[in-house]
Amino acid sequence: MSKALDPILKISNLQTHFFTKAGVLKAVDGVSFEIGAGEIVGLVGESGSGKSITGFSIIGLVDAPGKIVGGDISFKGQNLNQLSNEQMQHYRGNRIAMIFQDPMMTLNPVLRIETQMIEAIQAHDDSIAHEDARIRARDALGLVGISSADERLRAYPHQFSGGMRQRVSIAIAMLNRPDLIIADEPTTALDVTIQGQVISEMQKLCQETKTALLWITHDLAVVSGIADRICVMYAGRVVEQGSIESTILNPMHPYTRGLMGSVPSQNQRGKPLQQIDGMVPSMLNLPNGCAFQNRCRRVNDTCLTKQPDIMHLADGRQVRCINLPEEYKV
Amino acid sequence: MTSFILTRSFQSIIVLFVMSLIVFAGVNLVGDPVDMLINPEADQMEIDRVIRELGLDRPVSEQYWYFVVNAFQGDLGRSFIFGEPALKLIIQRMPATMELALFSLFMAVVFGIPLGVYAGLKPESKVSRTIMAGSILGFSMPTFWVGIILIMFFSVSLGWLPSTGRGEVATYFGVTSSIFTLDGLSHLFLPAFNLALFKLSSVIRLARAGTREVILQDYIKFARAKGVSETRVVRVHVLKNIMIPVVTIIGLEFGSLIAFSTVTETVFAWPGMGKLIIDSIYNLDRPIIVAYLMIIVVIFVTLNLIVDILYSVLDPRVRIKGVS
Repeated sequence: MSKALDPILKISNLQTHFFTKAGVLKAVDGVSFEIGAGEIVGLVGESGSGKSITGFSIIGLVDAPGKIVGGDISFKGQNLNQLSNEQMQHYRGNRIAMIFQDPMMTLNPVLRIETQMIEAIQAHDDSIAHEDARIRARDALGLVGISSADERLRAYPHQFSGGMRQRVSIAIAMLNRPDLIIADEPTTALDVTIQGQVISEMQKLCQETKTALLWITHDLAVVSGIADRICVMYAGRVVEQGSIESTILNPMHPYTRGLMGSVPSQNQRGKPLQQIDGMVPSMLNLPNGCAFQNRCRRVNDTCLTKQPDIMHLADGRQVRCINLPEEYKV
Repeated sequence: MTSFILTRSFQSIIVLFVMSLIVFAGVNLVGDPVDMLINPEADQMEIDRVIRELGLDRPVSEQYWYFVVNAFQGDLGRSFIFGEPALKLIIQRMPATMELALFSLFMAVVFGIPLGVYAGLKPESKVSRTIMAGSILGFSMPTFWVGIILIMFFSVSLGWLPSTGRGEVATYFGVTSSIFTLDGLSHLFLPAFNLALFKLSSVIRLARAGTREVILQDYIKFARAKGVSETRVVRVHVLKNIMIPVVTIIGLEFGSLIAFSTVTETVFAWPGMGKLIIDSIYNLDRPIIVAYLMIIVVIFVTLNLIVDILYSVLDPRVRIKGVS
């Protein structure tokens, strides 16, 4: 839907590797995707598939021994990969914000909410008065549905519940009206009911402010409810991407199909749940050829030796598999 | 908060009572002051007179009872040697010791925290390794030996700083201290550094361990994701979190700093309580020993209380219900 617009974020061939004692771990290995202005993209994958590292690579906060070794991260035409840490600070929290997984851990326990919000504003605006910044912080809390925001600003994180803390993190992310928010499993640690509230809150806010959202998750149910497009990652690579409708209804990569099958659904009550056989291969010791070979039902000899390239399909979808059903082959 | 302080104070009184028993019993089992104080040529009449005068002829339980009753009136006995109230003698010497201990603590914090945080932020760098190696030395070298080496180097070889005694004092804002004069400071520096070395090492190690733990937390990453400058991340987000263990240790160890000062005061002939207690132990000047120990207990108990209160100021999570 956003293909017509200029993407605000264009990642091409991103490679983030971890140089561990046991060897080079290619956590992100040649990931490419785009996000249009105001678009919501779901980045889906299992633990260790490199989806969070992709998010941290964008914002330039990959921890040692990790390092971006290749590729471009083009944000509104600027290659973020080439910026120094000081230059990157200007983007962080200002144009690109991030929300983390565990709301219990993301707020500093010894600082008031107020302090933590105001510093995010003042970091990007030297001239703003403390009192004005406070008013903006209070309004932001109001926006995410926190009542009596004025009082709550004086509180410490431990005086909030998990869901409330995540709302505070969202409010902090929205403070400077960023163009892009990277949400790293923001609802995973929350109750289902709170999850729903937070998702709809985020959806509403992003629509109102035309903020693009990269929603990193392993939860297909969540992502199908919020995202415009979806990228599926496996072992550091994007294996399939496309619009949410076509990808969810008609997944093409065997891994995506497996993921869909693993979601419990009311329509299949009583039937045994499908699962993907086998285990994710060790990231330190990936097989030659396709990384999914040991778990794939369509595997053939070529898969064992040749790394599959991305296939561009007619409807804008991209799939990294050489054994697509006949009718889809280009 | 009030009930918290009251409970703590009550507990402190019990500690004081138990300590008074232990101190009194312990000290009464050591040596016989009569042998020390009385001329060996004195006759039995003279000996009896002195024993009566000092109350040594009464049963121990009665001696303890009088000790407690008098202690409540601020009288911890008269020195056998000086013939003056023990408490007065100790309190006279207290400012010198306090000055030494506080200045040492100041040095330990002012140098220890930045060095420790630096070593925690860059654990692999050469400078950090040097800092850590230095802190091991600070831990393991005996205080008296370091003191002698400091005197040899800075006073004897280089002649930069005086080796003994307390310098000139001056009074500002009702506080009389040698830190207000240049001569005083030059006298204070070596003993304070000597005394600080051990604490400096523990502050470095604590600050480093705290920094390494805190720096990995999500909230630090989140602060960076907000675009907050690295300076502010370290000065506000990291520092405020590592101050909790550091303040605890500093507070609790301040007492041991005062206790440790006996060694430093002896080496540098610093006219403080520590030197007095060492001299009194030689002379079996029992009232002074008892009074000194009681004062140290009071200091420890008070420090504990202050640390508890400070702790709740620093970490809002430990604040007692009904406070916030």
